Amino acid sequence: MTSTAVRGTERPAASEVILRLEDVRKTYSTGELEVHALAGISLTVQEGEYVAIMGPSGSGKSTLMNILGCLDTLTSGRYALDGVDVAELDEDDLAAVRNKRIGFVFQQFNLLPSLSAWRNVELPLCYSGTPPAVRKERALAALDRVGLGSRVLHRPGELSGGQQQRVAVARALVTDPAMILADEPTGNLDSRSTDDVLNLLDELHGAGRTIVLITHEAEVAAAAERVIHVRDGLVSEADHSRRTREP
Amino acid sequence: MRFAETLRVAVEAVRLNRTRSLLTILGIMIGIASVSLTVGLGQGAQDQVRAQINALGSNLLIVSPGSTTTGGVRGGFGSATTLTRANADALANEAVAPDIAAVAPVVTSSQVLTAGTTTWTSSVVGATPAWQGVRARTLAAGRFLTDSDVDQHSKVVVLGADTAAELFAGSGGVGQSVSVNGSSFTVVGLLAASGSTSSTSSDDDLAVLPWTTAADAVGTSATTVSTIYLEATSSDTLSAAYQEASAALSSLHDLTAADTADFQISSQQSIVEAATATDKTLTILLGGVAGISLLVGGIGVMNIMLVSVSERTREIGLRKALGATPTVIRRQFLLEATTLGLAGGVLGLAIGGLGAFLLPKLIDQPVTLSLWASAAALVVAVGVGLVSGVYPAGRAARLAPIDALRRE
Repeated sequence: MTSTAVRGTERPAASEVILRLEDVRKTYSTGELEVHALAGISLTVQEGEYVAIMGPSGSGKSTLMNILGCLDTLTSGRYALDGVDVAELDEDDLAAVRNKRIGFVFQQFNLLPSLSAWRNVELPLCYSGTPPAVRKERALAALDRVGLGSRVLHRPGELSGGQQQRVAVARALVTDPAMILADEPTGNLDSRSTDDVLNLLDELHGAGRTIVLITHEAEVAAAAERVIHVRDGLVSEADHSRRTREP
Repeated sequence: MRFAETLRVAVEAVRLNRTRSLLTILGIMIGIASVSLTVGLGQGAQDQVRAQINALGSNLLIVSPGSTTTGGVRGGFGSATTLTRANADALANEAVAPDIAAVAPVVTSSQVLTAGTTTWTSSVVGATPAWQGVRARTLAAGRFLTDSDVDQHSKVVVLGADTAAELFAGSGGVGQSVSVNGSSFTVVGLLAASGSTSSTSSDDDLAVLPWTTAADAVGTSATTVSTIYLEATSSDTLSAAYQEASAALSSLHDLTAADTADFQISSQQSIVEAATATDKTLTILLGGVAGISLLVGGIGVMNIMLVSVSERTREIGLRKALGATPTVIRRQFLLEATTLGLAGGVLGLAIGGLGAFLLPKLIDQPVTLSLWASAAALVVAVGVGLVSGVYPAGRAARLAPIDALRRE
C-alpha cells in the first residue's frame, strides 16, 4: 500500500492530489468517423474528497469512468492516479493499479454467484498474492465494516440487492485503495437500498476515503460534496460550490 | 495469484457446471475408453497366442535335419538323417553351448498300437527323460520315463491323452499293456492334454518310449535322430542358444560358410511373432480409429470452452477489473481445459476397465489392460485438454475489461 492510504476515522488535515487529469482525450474511430468521447478533460480530485461525476447518457461519463478506473487507455493527455502516471502502463501494470489503488463498485454489483460473500470480498486480495489467512481476516473485517458481519457465508443469490451492493463495497474497501470508484452504484436499487448504500459511502467519506461517484441522477450526485458535470466529452461546468460537511 | 489457487478456481468452475462438464468430456471419455479397450484387446490376443505357444515348451528351439539330394531331386526338410545322437550329446555339453539348458533328441516313427482288440496308429517317439521338461508337458497319471528305463531298455510307454482315450476308451490305462510292432509294453504314465491347438494334432496323439527300447522293438536308428529339442536357459538367451547350436552343428558337420546347412533350427519366438503380427496390425488400425474419436473429443472441449469464455465474459471482465492479469486469466482457462481432459481420461479409463471386465464374458476374448498404456492414455487426455484450451484461454486473456463488463 502507498503511504497516502488513510485508515483513520478522521479526515486528514492536509489534502493531497489523488487524481489529476490533464487534457485527457479519448477518440473512437469507427471507419471514417471519429468520435471524440472525451474532448479534453482536465480535473483534479484531492485526497479524501467525495466527488460526483454527473452527466446524461452519451456525455462521455462512462468513458471517463473507464479511464479513471484504468479499464481503458487514453488517446492523449495525462492521467496520474495516486502519483502514478498510468497513461503509458502496459496491461499487467494496469492490472496491478486496478488491484491495489482502485476499489470498484458497479451498477450490476458484479459479484460471482458461486462464491460466498467473504470469498467475493477476498477476490482482489487473491490477485495481489496476499496469504490466505490475511485475506480471510481482512475480508471479514471489510464485511463487518459494511454491516454484513453476520452474512459472510451467504451467496449473492441469498442476499438482497442492497446487501449485494454492500458486499461489493466491502470488496472495494478490502485492498485499502487510494480511491473508490462507484459507477451508478444505486442504479439497480430501490430507494431504501439506495439510501442505504449512499449512507455507507457517506460514512466511508467521513472516515477519510476518496470517493468518485458516477451517476446521471441529480439526487444521487447531491450526496457528494462536489459535482462535476460532463457534457459532450467536456467538463461543462466545474462546480465549485463545495458542500460543507455537517459535523 | 498462486498456481494452486488458480487450479482451485478452475476445478470449481468445472464442478459448478457438472452436467455440462460431463457432456464436454464425453468425447474424450469415449476416446480414451476405446483406445484402452482396443489396446487391451490386442494385448490380450497377443498374450493368448504367446501362452499357447509357450505351452509347447518355453524357450524352445527345434533342430530338424536338412534336405537330402537324391539324383538331383532335393527332398524336404527332415528327409535327411544328418542329426545324430552324438550331435545331441555335444549340444548338451555346457562348454559348447552354455545357454542351452536341456537337450531332448527324439526318433519318431508311425506305428500301429494294439490294446486288446483295439488298434490305433500313432506317432511313436523314442525319447529321453529330458523330453518331458523340454516340451513342458505334465502327466495326468503315472510317471514319465527315467534314465534307468533308457539304460535297461525297459518296455514301458507313456501315452498322449488322445492315444490313451482311443486305446482304452477313457478308462485310464496305467498298468495295462500295449503292443507296439509286436512287442508288449507296459503303460507307466499318461500325458495331460497339451491344450495347444496351434500345432498339428500329434501333440496329444503319441506314444513315448525310451529311445533304446524303440531301437530294439521298432527298429528306429540308434545313432541318428529325427529331431533335437533344445531348451534355452531363459527367453533372453534364446538367440544366444540359437547361435551356439548353429555354430556347434556347423562345426560338427564340417560345414563352411559356403555350404548349405544340412539342418534347420526354428524357435517358438518366430512362430509367436508371425502369429502376433496380424493382431498388432489390427490393434494399430482400431487404435487409430479410437484416436480419431479422441481428436473429436478434443474439438468438443475446445468448442465448449469457447462457449464458456463468451458466457463468462462478465466474470472475466470483473476478474480483470479486480486485478487479474491476462496471464492469470489464461492460466485459469488452460487449467480448466486440462482439468476437463484429466476428468475425461480418468472416467474413460474407468469405462475401459469396466469394458475389460465385461467384454471377455461376451466375446470370449481376453483383454489385458497394461499400466503403461493407461498412464499414456491419461497423459494423452490431459494433453488433448490442454491443447484444446489454448485458443479459448487466449481469447479470454485478450478480452478488454470494459467490453467484458459492459456485456449484459
